Amino acid sequence: MAAGTVYPASEPTRWKYLDRIRTRPGPYTDESTFDGSVVAETMEKMSILVIGAGGLGCEILKNLALSGFKNIHVIDMDTIDISNLNRQFLFRQSDVGKSKAEVAAKFVMNRVKGVTITPHNCKIQDKDEDFYMQFQIVVCGLDSIEARRWINATLVNMVDEEMEDSLKPLIDGGTEGFKGQARVIYPTMTSCIECQLDMHAPRAAVPLCTLASIPRQPEHCIEWAHVIAWDQEKPFPQLDKDDPEHITWLYQKALLRAQEFNISGVTYSLTQGVVKNIIPAIAATNSVIAAACCNEAFKIASGCAPSLGWPENNYMMYSGNDSIYTYTFKHERKEDCPVCGNLARELIVDPEWTLGELVESFATRPEAQLKKPSIRAEKKTLYMQSPASLEEQTRPNLEKKLVGELGLGEGDEIGVTDPAFATVSFKFRLKFQKA
Amino acid sequence: MPDEMTEIVMAQTPPILHGPSEKERKYDRQLRLWAASGQAALESANLLLVNSGSGVVGVETLKNLVLPGIGRFTIYDEKLVDEADLGVNFFLDQGSLGKPRSRCLTEMLLELNPEVEGDWYPKQEVQWSRQTPELDGSRAYTPMLQDTSLESLLESSPVFTSVLYTHPVRSEYIPLFEAYSRLHKTPLVAIHSAGFYSSFQLTLPGAFAIVDTHPDETATTDLRVLSPWPELVEFARAMTRDIDKLDDHEHGHLPYLVLLLHFLDQWRDSHGNQYPSTYKEKTEFRNLVQSGARTDNAEGGEENFDEAAAAVLKALVPPSLPSGLREVFEYEPKDLAEKSSGFWIIASAIKNYYAENGSLPLPGSLPDMKAKSGVYIQLQNIYKKKAREDVTDILRRVQATPGGEHVDSAEVELFCKNAAHVKLINATNGDAGANFTKVDRLKRVVDQELANDEFAEESLMPLSLVPIYLVLQATAHVVSASAQEIVAEVAKIVPHAEQNERIVKAAQEVARAEGGELHNIAALTGGMVAQEMIKIITKQYIPIDNTCIFDGISSRCQVLRL
Ligand SMILES: [Zn+2]
Repeated sequence: MAAGTVYPASEPTRWKYLDRIRTRPGPYTDESTFDGSVVAETMEKMSILVIGAGGLGCEILKNLALSGFKNIHVIDMDTIDISNLNRQFLFRQSDVGKSKAEVAAKFVMNRVKGVTITPHNCKIQDKDEDFYMQFQIVVCGLDSIEARRWINATLVNMVDEEMEDSLKPLIDGGTEGFKGQARVIYPTMTSCIECQLDMHAPRAAVPLCTLASIPRQPEHCIEWAHVIAWDQEKPFPQLDKDDPEHITWLYQKALLRAQEFNISGVTYSLTQGVVKNIIPAIAATNSVIAAACCNEAFKIASGCAPSLGWPENNYMMYSGNDSIYTYTFKHERKEDCPVCGNLARELIVDPEWTLGELVESFATRPEAQLKKPSIRAEKKTLYMQSPASLEEQTRPNLEKKLVGELGLGEGDEIGVTDPAFATVSFKFRLKFQKA
Repeated sequence: MPDEMTEIVMAQTPPILHGPSEKERKYDRQLRLWAASGQAALESANLLLVNSGSGVVGVETLKNLVLPGIGRFTIYDEKLVDEADLGVNFFLDQGSLGKPRSRCLTEMLLELNPEVEGDWYPKQEVQWSRQTPELDGSRAYTPMLQDTSLESLLESSPVFTSVLYTHPVRSEYIPLFEAYSRLHKTPLVAIHSAGFYSSFQLTLPGAFAIVDTHPDETATTDLRVLSPWPELVEFARAMTRDIDKLDDHEHGHLPYLVLLLHFLDQWRDSHGNQYPSTYKEKTEFRNLVQSGARTDNAEGGEENFDEAAAAVLKALVPPSLPSGLREVFEYEPKDLAEKSSGFWIIASAIKNYYAENGSLPLPGSLPDMKAKSGVYIQLQNIYKKKAREDVTDILRRVQATPGGEHVDSAEVELFCKNAAHVKLINATNGDAGANFTKVDRLKRVVDQELANDEFAEESLMPLSLVPIYLVLQATAHVVSASAQEIVAEVAKIVPHAEQNERIVKAAQEVARAEGGELHNIAALTGGMVAQEMIKIITKQYIPIDNTCIFDGISSRCQVLRL
C-alpha cells in the first residue's frame, strides 16, 4: 500500500507529522467510516472536556493541544500546592495558591498557538447537564472515586436514544506510584465506572475497638488521634488537613499514644499520609496514563486507527513496579449495575440485622461504597439522611430489625440514594444469608 | 541553675517537631516511593540525551526526570528548530524558531525545576587551529568557530551516569556510545517512537543487582511457623497452656500466629511429629483450627480464629529458595571489581548461611493481627530480635571475607530484610560468546515469538509485538522509508517477511508516519523510559530486561529479552 494523500489542517507545516497519520488510512483503519479529507476540520470543531488539572490533567491538556484539538475546557476546584510541583509541570513556585484550572489553561494556550482552553474553577457538581451536553468527548484525570462516579452517573443519565449526540465517550485515567489504568466508556453501551467499582475496593477500615483500646500499629495511633482525640478535644473549630498546625497536633497526639503502648514508627510524614490518604504520585506514571487516555481520544476523534472501548477491549492496566506489564482486556458490562443496568443487584444481608447495620454496611461493600445512603422500600421510606426533619422522623427505624419489625422479606427491592450521586437511585434485591 | 531548668522543661513538653522542609514538601509524593536514599541517588545522576528525528520522546523522558530532581542533564541535538517542531514538541515555542533545538529544549526544561542543572551541545566554540605557513615559514595559531562534535563532548565532559539516544540516529554514533558504555560502565538506552509505535532497549554494562525491589506487602510475610525458634515456641506455649480456661476476652485476643503454633503442636502429637504437608492435610488442619473457636460467646464467633484459618495455606509452606535469589547464588562475579562489591560479598555470606541453616535470615516484620497491644508488641520484639541476631551473624561472615570490613552494616541489614526478593537483571550478558551475536539472539527470539503466534488463539495469549520491533529497527537510521523498503530490510532477519501479514501491516503503519512522532505516543514512551531510568538510578524496583515494545493501536506493551 502506498501512503495516501495528506489533507492538511490550517497550518500544514506545523501539523505535518500529525496530518500524515490522522488524514491517511493505515492498515488497521476502518475505511468504511474513515474520510481523511474532513478529519482535521472535524477535530478543530470538536469540544472536549478535561476533568481535573492536577498530575494527569496537566499532561492531558498538553497532549490534547498537540493532538489537533482546538477547543478544550478544563474543570478543577483546587488551588496549587507546593507538593504538586514534582509532577504538575504547568505550575511554578510563584503559582502556589492560585487556581489550577486557570493557571494550566493559560500556560498551554501561551505555549501552543491556536488552541483555546476555557478554565472552570469549580466543582463538577456545580455544572448542569446543559454544560456537559456541549462536549463530544470527556477525559477524566481525577484522584477521587466519588467524583468519577458522579460524572459517570451523570453521563449515563444524559444518554437519550433519540439523540445521537447525547452519548459522550468517557475516557478515564488513574495512577498510584508506578501503576495506573486507562479505560474508555461508552455510557449505557459498555461497562461503566460503576460496573468496575469492585476493581477499586476501598481499604479495609480498622475496627473502632482496635483504635480505642488495642492499638498495635503506628497507623492505629494516628487514626485514634484523627477519629477520637480530635473530636474529644476540638483543638480547632474545624479540621483542615492542609493546615500544618492541625497535622502537627494530630502527630503529637499520635506520638504520645504510641509511646504509651510502645509502638514505634509514628512520623509527621506518616501522619500526613494516613490523615489525607495520600497516594504516591510521579510525573513518569502520569505521563504514561495521560498519554494512553489522550491517544484513545485522538483515535476516537479522528477514526484513523481503532480505539479501545468498542466492541472489544476497553481497559488497560499498567504496572511498572516489576519490569513493565500491561494487561488490556474487555471489562463486561453488568446487567445489574445500579447506574447503567436494568436489573436490581442482589444484596446479601444478615437476617438478624437492624436497618442501622444495613446503612453502615453500604460504606464498606466493594460493590456499593455509599457513605450517606438513604433507603426506600417499595412502599415506604425507611431512612432519609436529609432534610433534618425527615431524618428525625425516620431515625427510630435504624434500631429496628429488617425482618419482622420492618417487614422486609427475601427478594424485596430497595432503592438507595446518596448525596454524592444526586440523580441516581441504586436498586438492590435483598437476599438473606446468615453471616 | 539554668541547665537543670532546661532539663525539666524539656521533659514536660511534647517531643519537638521537625516539620518537613520546603524540599521535602515539594518532593513528598515521590519520597513515599523511593525515600531519601533514592532521592539522593537521583540528585547525583548526570544524563546525556542525544536527540534526533522529530525529537519529542527524549525530551518527554527528560521532563519526567527533571521534575523529580535529577542532578544534571545535557542535550546533544544537531537540529535547528523548525515550524514542524512546534506542532509536536511542547518544550519549544514561536521564539525558538531557527535556534539550536538543544538550547531551546534545555532552557525550557530548566524552567521546570530550579534545582536541576542542564547544558546543551553542539555549541560553536573557539578552536585554535594552525594556519597555512606565512611567507617567512612561520605558522600562527588562529581562532576559528567550530561545532563541538559528539566525540569531543563524550571525551571532555564529566562522566555521564547514563546515555540515552533517540532514533533515527546517525549510524556512526552507535560505536561511540558502545565504547563509552564499556569504558565507563554506563547504561545505554536506545529509544524509538514513530507514529502509533514505539520501543526502547536498555543495555546494562553487566549484571545489575537490586536489593530494594519493593515487593507487594502480602508477599513479604515470613512467619516461620514450621521452624519456630525456642523463644517463639516458649512464648506461644505459655499463652496457650490453659487455653480452655481463658476467659472469652483473652481467648478471643490470642494472636493468630500463637494459635497456629498451638494447633501445630496438637497436630504433631497425633501425627507422629509430622507437620501437615499435603493439601488435604492442610485443609484438615484448617478445620482443626476453626473448630477451636468459641461460638457461644457474645459475638457468636472469634475473629482471631478466622484470621488463623485464613492464614493456614500460606503460612504452612516449607521454606524454599526463591528463584531471584537462586540466580544470585548461582552467579559467578566476573571480575575483581565485581567480586569485591558489597552486594556480592553479602550475597556470598547469605549463601553460606543458607547452606548451613536451610533458611534465609529472618526479615523480622510481623503483619498486623488481632491481639492485645502488649502481646502484639512482645511478639513483634521476638521477631525483631531474631532478625537482629541473623544480621549480626551475616555481618560476622561479611567481615571475615577479604574486603568485607568496608561493607556498611546498613547494607547488610537491608539485604537480610529483602533477601527473598533480591533480583538479578542481565546476568547472562557476558555469556553470549563470540559466535552468538546480538543478531543471532534476535533471530531466535523472533522465531519463537512468531511460532507462539500460531497458537495464540488457542492459548488465549495476545499476539507478539515483535513485528513492531522489527519494523522500527528497519528504520533505526533512516528518516523515512516506504513499506516495501521496510519489509525488505526486515527480510534480512526474517526470511519471507513479505508473506507475514502482521509484519507487512506494521511496516505500512510506520511508513504512514514517515519518521514523525505522535505526541501522545512519545509522551507515553517518555513516561515508561523515565520510570526505567528512576529504577536504574535509585536501584529500587525492578527494571525491564531488556526491550519494551509499545503498540498504540491495541494499547498494550510487551517486554522481551533481545
Ligand atoms: Zn455500569
